[in-house]
Amino acid sequence: MIKIEAVVRPERVNPVVDALIDAGCGGYHVANVSGKGTQQGVEVFTGRGATTTTRAALPKSIITTVVSASMKDAVVNAIIEAAKSGEEGQIGDGKIFVSPVSEVIRVRTGERDSAAL
Amino acid sequence: MDSGSIAWMLVASALVLFMVPGLAFFYGGLVRGKNAINTIMYSFVAMGVVSVVWVLWGYSLAFGEGGPFIGNFDFLGLKDVSATGTDIHGAGVPDLGVAIFQMMFAIITPALITGAIAERFKFTTYLIFLVLWVTFVYAPIAHWVWAGDGWLFELGTLDFAGGTVVHINAGVAAVAAAWLVGKRRGVDRGVEPHNVPFVILGASILWFGWFGFNAGSGLASDGLAISAFLVTNTAAAMALVVWVILGHIHTGKMSAVGAATGAVAGLVAITPASGFVGPMGAIAIGLGAGVLTFYAVRIRHKFGFDDALEVMAVHGIGGIWGALATGIFVVGGIGLIDGDAKVLGYNAVAVLSTIAYSFVVTFVILKILDVIPGLGLRADDAAEDAGLDVSLHGERAYVGDGAD
Repeated sequence: MIKIEAVVRPERVNPVVDALIDAGCGGYHVANVSGKGTQQGVEVFTGRGATTTTRAALPKSIITTVVSASMKDAVVNAIIEAAKSGEEGQIGDGKIFVSPVSEVIRVRTGERDSAAL
Repeated sequence: MDSGSIAWMLVASALVLFMVPGLAFFYGGLVRGKNAINTIMYSFVAMGVVSVVWVLWGYSLAFGEGGPFIGNFDFLGLKDVSATGTDIHGAGVPDLGVAIFQMMFAIITPALITGAIAERFKFTTYLIFLVLWVTFVYAPIAHWVWAGDGWLFELGTLDFAGGTVVHINAGVAAVAAAWLVGKRRGVDRGVEPHNVPFVILGASILWFGWFGFNAGSGLASDGLAISAFLVTNTAAAMALVVWVILGHIHTGKMSAVGAATGAVAGLVAITPASGFVGPMGAIAIGLGAGVLTFYAVRIRHKFGFDDALEVMAVHGIGGIWGALATGIFVVGGIGLIDGDAKVLGYNAVAVLSTIAYSFVVTFVILKILDVIPGLGLRADDAAEDAGLDVSLHGERAYVGDGAD
């Protein structure tokens, strides 16, 4: 089992979660966060509309899902497809982290691992 | 000159102005959080733009004695509008007091339209639209209905506080605007109001301000104002109750947004009738308004036509019902319930002519703005996706990054 965490633009959350379900994921969760990667920050007014400043941290969303290892490539590709801005993509489209998961337990039944996914 | 009436007119004018931020919060709560500032600014900026237009030429076009269809340029800059005399309006308050009161109506009417175009309209174009719409749509219709030489006024149309001029006018313009600007991106997925307490707050401020709107429209501090106050509250209350009950029947839950929408629908419907009907007429009007607007919203959803915040369903349909209901329930033996259909007929003429004029002229104004290079109606897709607050205003309603 592997955990896939995708940092994406907030406005891409809907397309990405649709793609996850289509790819066969049993579930996901989404957290709204802010942070900084390669992309420059957002320019906002701080002087009553007369002066601006650049805030480094940008709003992003992290979509997390855990799937069996065999599904990894399909799920990762689905996320890339859905999270990319246009054909070429743009700086700020996000990043995907993949990591192993040692155990999964379903609270209701106590089922373990792939039966619990 | 009755100082009591003057005092009430000034307070009523302030109450009507206060409806505009009320509307801002009503609409602001209904949109997604990334467009909250943009939606609120549609209403707030109208307080700036329309006030200036009204003083410079709006009042003169609406209330100058220029014939049956539009005013003239006699009162540009409110020149010769007296703060002590009553030459123009012959009301119980001086002419300049009436000009102030009417200014607030001119501000809120285009602000009502913005519910239809919320979350996607280009803000710079909107400012120009405000100027053109108040000049070419609002001022003429206000002249028809309320000026002493307006053709609907002379015909015998009864519109006490602006059912045609304000609500049908805004509702129909909203249809033209929503049609031309097109659907919001991703709206078919269903869009959830981001702040329901704002919606209740905004509707409550609207309700409060509406006492100035309706009870002030007699331009005097008298028994008619008392009656208008009572029927205004009664119709709003009845329509609110109808909405929560119908909502419960259809969905099994009693929605707060539904309650707020019902109250506004009742207020809209009683507006033209508020000086002409009694308490039981108000109950009937509120009941009809609740039922009609509730199903109008459901039908609008079936069509998938993206009048984002139901301006046509609530203000258009509610306004049409109110205008016709005025002809039905008007007291004094001239209503349909007393067997006289004349007022109903006159009001039907007002409804139809307002619908036709408002739709056509609004459509033409927006078409022209759409093709002018550098303007256009719609924000670009990336701006819409990221939210109009950051994209067009450089500000965020909710700052939660904790990083700075």
